Amino acid sequence: MALLELRNVSKIYHTGGEEIRALDDVTLDLHQGDFISIIGPSGSGKSTLMHVLGCLDSPTRGEVVLDGVDISKATTSQLARIRNRTIGFVFQSFNLLPKLNVLQNVELPMVYAGLGGKARHERAVKALEMVELGHRLKNRPNQLSGGQQQRVAIARALVNDPKIILADEPTGNLDTHTGEVILNLFRELSTQGRTVILVTHNPEIAAVTPRRIEIRNGKVAEKVDPRLAGFTPSTP
Amino acid sequence: MNFLNAIVVGLKEIWANKFRSFLTMLGIILGVSSLVAMFAMTQGLENGLKEALVAIGGLQKIRVEARNVPVEQRHLRDFATGVTLRDVYALQASVPEIDIVSPEMRMDSPPTLAANGRRHRTFMTAGVWPVQLEMMEHQLAHGRMFNADDEQDARSVCVIGTGIRDELFGRPDQTGTEVIPIGQTLTVNGVPMTIIGMFEHYESDQERRTRLLQEAKDAADRAAGIQKPAQRDRGRGRRGNFAFWIKNNTVYMPLNTMWMKLKAGQTNTPPEPRLSNLEVRIRDVETMDRALTQVRNVLMVNHRGIEDFSFRTQEDWADQIQISVRAARLSGGLIAGISLFVGGIGIMNIMLASISERIREIGIRKAVGAAGIDIFTQIVVESVTLAVLGGLLGLVCSRGVVWLISSVTPTDNEPIITWGAMAFAFAFSGIVGVFAGLFPAIKAARLSVIQALRYD
Ligand SMILES: Nc1ncnc2c1ncn2[C@@H]1O[C@H](COP(=O)(O)OP(=O)(O)OP(=O)(O)O)[C@@H](O)[C@H]1O
Ligand SMILES: [Mg+2]
Repeated sequence: MALLELRNVSKIYHTGGEEIRALDDVTLDLHQGDFISIIGPSGSGKSTLMHVLGCLDSPTRGEVVLDGVDISKATTSQLARIRNRTIGFVFQSFNLLPKLNVLQNVELPMVYAGLGGKARHERAVKALEMVELGHRLKNRPNQLSGGQQQRVAIARALVNDPKIILADEPTGNLDTHTGEVILNLFRELSTQGRTVILVTHNPEIAAVTPRRIEIRNGKVAEKVDPRLAGFTPSTP
Repeated sequence: MNFLNAIVVGLKEIWANKFRSFLTMLGIILGVSSLVAMFAMTQGLENGLKEALVAIGGLQKIRVEARNVPVEQRHLRDFATGVTLRDVYALQASVPEIDIVSPEMRMDSPPTLAANGRRHRTFMTAGVWPVQLEMMEHQLAHGRMFNADDEQDARSVCVIGTGIRDELFGRPDQTGTEVIPIGQTLTVNGVPMTIIGMFEHYESDQERRTRLLQEAKDAADRAAGIQKPAQRDRGRGRRGNFAFWIKNNTVYMPLNTMWMKLKAGQTNTPPEPRLSNLEVRIRDVETMDRALTQVRNVLMVNHRGIEDFSFRTQEDWADQIQISVRAARLSGGLIAGISLFVGGIGIMNIMLASISERIREIGIRKAVGAAGIDIFTQIVVESVTLAVLGGLLGLVCSRGVVWLISSVTPTDNEPIITWGAMAFAFAFSGIVGVFAGLFPAIKAARLSVIQALRYD
């Protein structure tokens, strides 16, 4: 059975009398241990899809089924619990709290999970070390570069050890080296049985993942763009 | 998220907006301090009134006053005798609960006293028996009280309070040394009387304290060689606690003297000496109800059923005190409560502003797993923290407010800040905080995640 399923999901916005189908009848199965990349042009609905998968947004039509349970029937506090424990989300725009320092930002999900201060600190430091930011614990987000902020966001997503990791362009702001570090981290997590889905514009990164989903005008096609066919993964 | 965490987050939020938080708290600070001050004032009032109650002789007294014949008995008017000495004798003889009975006869209008070239009018001029001293808890400081012989012979003697001395011979702080006018003559409506005794000076604790303080200061000034005009008119217009003022402004003379020398000559004088009132003291407050019935029965028999008298007990007065103090407390509390309420609205307003500033933050917190209840708790805790901090500061300020009020309007009932009042005001500020936070908190808790995240 699939860990996370979308069945005929549509997300429709009405702006200025115009109908925008950000997602158009999407059906998708995600399994445990999947390592998936989502590609598609800007405005094609990638972020919208991620939000729906991450239980942050609810679809206009269709069902989202997590662990066999239709989440449209879940209460808000059950959804909060899912976002807290089951899903780790890396936002395209990071969404760090500007008033908290790096450490506190990473501790935040554990605060809502009810962890004690000591455990929180230890796990936050460990997660930050994994993204090579162990030395910037006390900085505020606005004192960090875009790439560093992105890594803080990644550390925050990983810190509650979620089953599903959704990352919206997690390497967009990273140089080749740190990009590879993050990519290896995700691969490692997927081999441990986590489901990792990442959005990317970079065909090289997309080529690394075993499964690729292409999205255009809100419609999903699970095949690789012919232009990418010639590419070989840069890392095995 | 646990509670302590929420408080820490709340405190940080308040600290981050120090000035705004302070302005918001100001409403609560003023509300709480005026609430405490209000209670302190009424507490002082109550204590002063109770002190006065003790000063005039406690709860065991029944006062029988002459009054007009009631309407339904108007046709019997000519048979009405009024309150007379016969009532006094009858009560003494037939009511065992009675300890002492003291008759009192006053002039119909305040007589003019004159001595030492000065004049003074006081309605507290009365003819009494010596037992009145005990009844009114008077203490003689100088001279003697008139006795049975003075009474018998209707001698022209009188005993005065220090207030009368102050008016006719000068106050100690004006004259420099205390005048003791024993042996001097004063005239009552032109009738000369020899002053044979003077009471001690009666004052409330508060008055005593301020007087002693002033005296110590004066003494220190004198020791330091500072010359001051002797004719200073300090404290004029402040007559202090009413009960003490009345006691100090008393002139007593023998009942017979009052009757024979002052009243007999007046027109419309009835043939039998009529008393203005008489006071009865019973042995035990417990037997008050029974004593009251008996006194009434005896008087009714004596007056042949004509009710030309009325009763007053101190209990009535004590009840009056309770009622007026409660009224003062209620109205004061209400006004202060309203200002606390306004403070609460201020908090609600600022919390609403603060959550619309923090919609993104709330969205992010929810995205990483904060449930509605977490956000709700955070906002309520923040609001309560604001209110409670304001409440604490208000308690501190209340001392200042009390000081300000009592220096602007000096009273002899020194305001007393009680723990109870402080606890009440503080608890009230907390409750205001909860209610002020409720609506903004619900609003924040209901925000949709994705819309909050998109908000800017
Ligand atoms: N709240 C909204 N109201 C109206 N239209 C919206 C809203 N959110 C997204 N859209 C529209 O839905 C479509 C999909 O947006 P989405 O953010 O998913 O694109 P994306 O694939 O993530 O693009 P990018 O690669 O630039 O991040 C876009 O056309 C966008 O304008
Ligand atoms: Mg996007």
